[in-house]
Amino acid sequence: MAEEITIPGWKKWLEDIGEQVSFFIRFVKNIFVGGFEWSEFVRQCYEIGYRSMMLVGITSFIMGVVLILQLRPTLVEFGAASMLPKTLSVSFVREIGPVIIAIICAGKIASSIGAELGSMKVTEQLDAMDVSGANPLQYLVVTRILATTIMVPLLSVIGDVIGLFGGFLALNLRDHISLSLYATKVLASLDYTDFLPAFIKTIFFGLAIGFVGCYKGFHSSKGTESVGLAANSAVVTASLWIFVIDAIAVQITSLLFYK
Amino acid sequence: MEEKLAIAESKENKIHDKNDAVIEIKHLKKSFGSKDVLTDINLTVHSGENVVVLGRSGEGKSVTIQCIVGMLIPDAGTLKVFGEEVADLGDKELKELRMKIGFLFQSGALYDSMTVRENMEFPLTRVLKLDDKGEIDKRVEEVLEAVGLAEAIDKMPSDLSGGMRKRAGLARTLIIKPEIMLYDEPTTGLDPITSREISQLILDMQKRYKTTSIIITHDMECARITADRMVIMDDGEYIAEGSFDDLHKSKNKLVQSFFKDIS
Repeated sequence: MAEEITIPGWKKWLEDIGEQVSFFIRFVKNIFVGGFEWSEFVRQCYEIGYRSMMLVGITSFIMGVVLILQLRPTLVEFGAASMLPKTLSVSFVREIGPVIIAIICAGKIASSIGAELGSMKVTEQLDAMDVSGANPLQYLVVTRILATTIMVPLLSVIGDVIGLFGGFLALNLRDHISLSLYATKVLASLDYTDFLPAFIKTIFFGLAIGFVGCYKGFHSSKGTESVGLAANSAVVTASLWIFVIDAIAVQITSLLFYK
Repeated sequence: MEEKLAIAESKENKIHDKNDAVIEIKHLKKSFGSKDVLTDINLTVHSGENVVVLGRSGEGKSVTIQCIVGMLIPDAGTLKVFGEEVADLGDKELKELRMKIGFLFQSGALYDSMTVRENMEFPLTRVLKLDDKGEIDKRVEEVLEAVGLAEAIDKMPSDLSGGMRKRAGLARTLIIKPEIMLYDEPTTGLDPITSREISQLILDMQKRYKTTSIIITHDMECARITADRMVIMDDGEYIAEGSFDDLHKSKNKLVQSFFKDIS
C-alpha cells in the first residue's frame, strides 16, 4: 500500500508566506506595467470610501462619546477635568481612532473584497479574464489595493474629526464647554507628532486590508464554502496585520518622537 | 483497458494536410498529486475542424483544454498551438496566443458586476485596446445580434437565464474574433431544447467566424450536431476516434455506452 505523503503544517505556512510575497511583488509590478484602470479605481474608491463613511462616522462618534463618559469620573476625581479635551484628542488621534477605524474597515472592506474575488474565482470569472488575455491583477487587484490604501487614511481622518465632535457633545452635556473653547484646547494639545505617524500607519493599515482581501479572494479554492472562508479569513488576517503594524509603528514613533 | 479500439481515422481527418494542424498534442501527461489525470494524450486538430471530446466526468477532459490555453502546465509531452510549444511561451507570447483563442466556460463566466454590454466591451478595451466608441458599439451589437441577445444588451448577468448566459459568454469570447474556440461542456445544466439551440449556435458561429473548435461534452446530441470528428477519453488517454457515425457503429463497450440512448 502506497504511503500517503502529508505536508507538515509549518511547510504549508512557509509556502503561504512565499505565495503572499510573490502576490505582493506581482501587485507592485502591475501598478507600473500596462495601462492603469482609472475608471475601476475611482469606482472602488467610491465603494470602499464613500460607502464605509456612515459606518465609520457612527462608530467614531460613539467612541468619542464613550471615551469622554469613561474618562471624566477619573479625571474629575483627580481635579483634572480640564484635561479631558487633551486626553481625548491625543488618545483618539494617535491610537484609538486609527486602530478602531482600521478594524471596522477590515470587517467591512477586507471581507467584501475577499468574498467578491472568491466568488469570481468559484464562478470562473477570474479564469475567464485570465484566458482572454486581460490582466485580472491589473483590473481587480491593483485598483482595490490602491483604493483601500488611499481611502482608509481618509476615513481615519474623517473618523477622528467625528469622534472628537462626539467627545465635545458628551462633554458639553456635563460641563457646558463651548465648541470654540473645546476646539482650541484640542488643537493646542495636538501637533504633527500626534497626527503624522498616525496618518502614515493608516496608509499601511489600508494597504494590509486591501492586500489581504485580494489575496484571500484570489487564492480561495473552488467551492461555494470557500467564498465564506475567504471572507472570514480576510477579516481575521487583516485585523491581525493591523495590530502587528500598529505595534511596529508605535515602536518606531516612540524612537523618533518620544525619547 | 483490454478492449482498446484501433484509432479509426475519419473521412475529415484523412483529407487534412499535415501543415494545417492548428493544435498538435503528443504524449501529454498531467498529474495532480498522486492522481494521474492525463496519461498519454495524442491529438491533432486541423484548421476549421470541430473536434468533440467525450468522456466520463473526472476523466480530465477539461484539463486538456486548460493546458492548451496555458492555464495548466503539462508534466510531460508536447503541446503545440500554431506551431508554438505552449509551455515554453513567456507572459507576452502567452497573452498573444490567448488573444487567438476563445474559451467558453461551463458557467459562461460572465462578469457579474457588469452589464452584458460591459462584458462585451471588456475584451475589446482591455485585450484589443480599442478606444473608438463607434467601432466598439458596432462590434458589440453585431456579436449580440449573432447570438440572438440584442435585446439583453443592458441587462445584468443575474437577469439572464442559463441559456442566455451561455449565449452571452459565447458572444464575449467571439467578439475578439478568435481563431480557435474551446468549449468546456457548453450544454451542461440546460434543458434539451436550449441545449440543442446552443449546439446549433456553436455550429453556426463556427461557420460564420471560421474557427477551429474543441468541444468538451458528454451531451451526445451536442456531439452529433457539432462534431466533424470525435475522440473518446478513458483512463487519461484517447481510446477511440472517428466521426459520429463511425463511433456509433463501434463494438467497444465503453464507446457503445455513450451511444446507448441514441437510436
